[in-house]
Amino acid sequence: MNPAVPEAGVAAVREPQIRIRKLWKSYGDRVVLENISLDIQAGEFVSIVGASGCGKTTFFRMLLGEEQPSRGEMLLEGRPWPQEPDADRGVVFQRYSVFPHLTALANVRIALETPRARLLGRLFGSAAREADDKAREWLARVGLDGSAGKFPHELSGGMQQRLALAQSLAAAPKILLLDEPFGALDPGIRADMHALMKSLWLAQRFTVFMVTHDIEEGFSLGSRLLVFDRVRNDPHEPQRYGARITYDLPLKSE
Amino acid sequence: MKRLINQHPSRIGALLLATIPFIVIAILYFTASTERLAENPDDRLLPSIAQLIDGIQAAAFEEDPRTGDVILWMDTAASLERLAWGVGLSALLGLAFGVATGMLPLARAPLSPFISVLSLVPPMAILPILFIAFGLDELSKIVLIVLGVAPFIMRDLQQRVMEIPAEQLVKAQSLGMTSWQIALRVVLPQVLPRLTDSVRLSLGAAWIFLISAEAIAAEQGLGYRIFLVRRYMAMDTILPYVAWITLLAFLMDRALFALNRRAFPWLYNGRKAEEAA
Repeated sequence: MNPAVPEAGVAAVREPQIRIRKLWKSYGDRVVLENISLDIQAGEFVSIVGASGCGKTTFFRMLLGEEQPSRGEMLLEGRPWPQEPDADRGVVFQRYSVFPHLTALANVRIALETPRARLLGRLFGSAAREADDKAREWLARVGLDGSAGKFPHELSGGMQQRLALAQSLAAAPKILLLDEPFGALDPGIRADMHALMKSLWLAQRFTVFMVTHDIEEGFSLGSRLLVFDRVRNDPHEPQRYGARITYDLPLKSE
Repeated sequence: MKRLINQHPSRIGALLLATIPFIVIAILYFTASTERLAENPDDRLLPSIAQLIDGIQAAAFEEDPRTGDVILWMDTAASLERLAWGVGLSALLGLAFGVATGMLPLARAPLSPFISVLSLVPPMAILPILFIAFGLDELSKIVLIVLGVAPFIMRDLQQRVMEIPAEQLVKAQSLGMTSWQIALRVVLPQVLPRLTDSVRLSLGAAWIFLISAEAIAAEQGLGYRIFLVRRYMAMDTILPYVAWITLLAFLMDRALFALNRRAFPWLYNGRKAEEAA
């Protein structure tokens, strides 16, 4: 039998969490992305690699809701893609991902407080203690138990990214978006972060999109690897063609 | 020998060096004063130390025989009250408008150009209008300070709000925060120390507007007194008053700076502390 048939059968049964059809993005004459179509199942870990200027970041910003597609369709669980960032999609950037004026504990706690205290964004009394306990659990989960009272500037780069992860995951997003999250870290610390990221993902099974420069990181962390590249190029008019997904590789993840 | 750019004074050395300009000024003043008084004992322009002390004595420690007030304290209280109202209102307005125009494009579009134009209106030029509109009492003086200072604080804070990295605002949204919550828990706490800085920088201007308004129409106040006794060329009162105003301004500046250091520990880590000082 054709091995593609059972796979297609499974896909038909499981509605994809994310469906992207014939997506184009251009700024005026400059085409950045052309004709992107994708189905992503809930719980996939999608690594996105590609050269600089190949539209990875634009694609990432569209996933966030900061940019809207010029053409095509983007669906999240069957509904049109939200036009702005929201609590369904957590995010960790390479830098500036935590609030500098809050301690590590308060940085995680704010993710738990603001959905419950709409007016003041702050909990009091027993609700506050409860949020504190939950926040401490998250800090422990990312290995920051000893740093609850420290401000971000007192934490190393790796610790700040751990904090950013804890903060994002505390809000229980369906999708976690990572923009070069480990790009500024030393190799040893990066390996630790990979292990942490993988264990968090295996435990919670949220969907992950991770943009990275480091192709090895893309292969080792993801369950699926997307390569963005420009296939067509007009040397006289380099803006004419955008990038496409040139490789879409399923990866083993254990 | 190290290069000049690498030579630093010691701590005590720096302190001594800092006093040099003050000592030089004092020496120049008292030499000139002694010379002038030797020529004409009734000269009023550069009073001697003894005359200055008498002047301070009269202003700061002797009750006015008619009213029973000690004029220096009465003037200080009146001036500081006006200053506090003017600067306090400016800070509140600056914070409200700065955060609104910095965060919300829909507030920035109608307000920001207007505030920029408003900040270019010379406040002293419209002082007569203020006197006509708000009377010669306290209100017109406070309005003058607010008009002179608030637009600057508004523009400064709008800038500071817009300098908050976009990543932080996206992050806040991705935690499900509303615009109001972002204002309250992300933007406001981060611009409060900037507000203190902004107020510090505008205190000089606030004093100018205060003294100008007092010079033109008042019944008490530090600026009023200086311009009142100017008629008698009472330098023995004017000079201590100027020194006193300078001291007050200096203390306010230091107090705001210390407040910032103490209230916002997250801001003043190593490098940033140096920038601010």
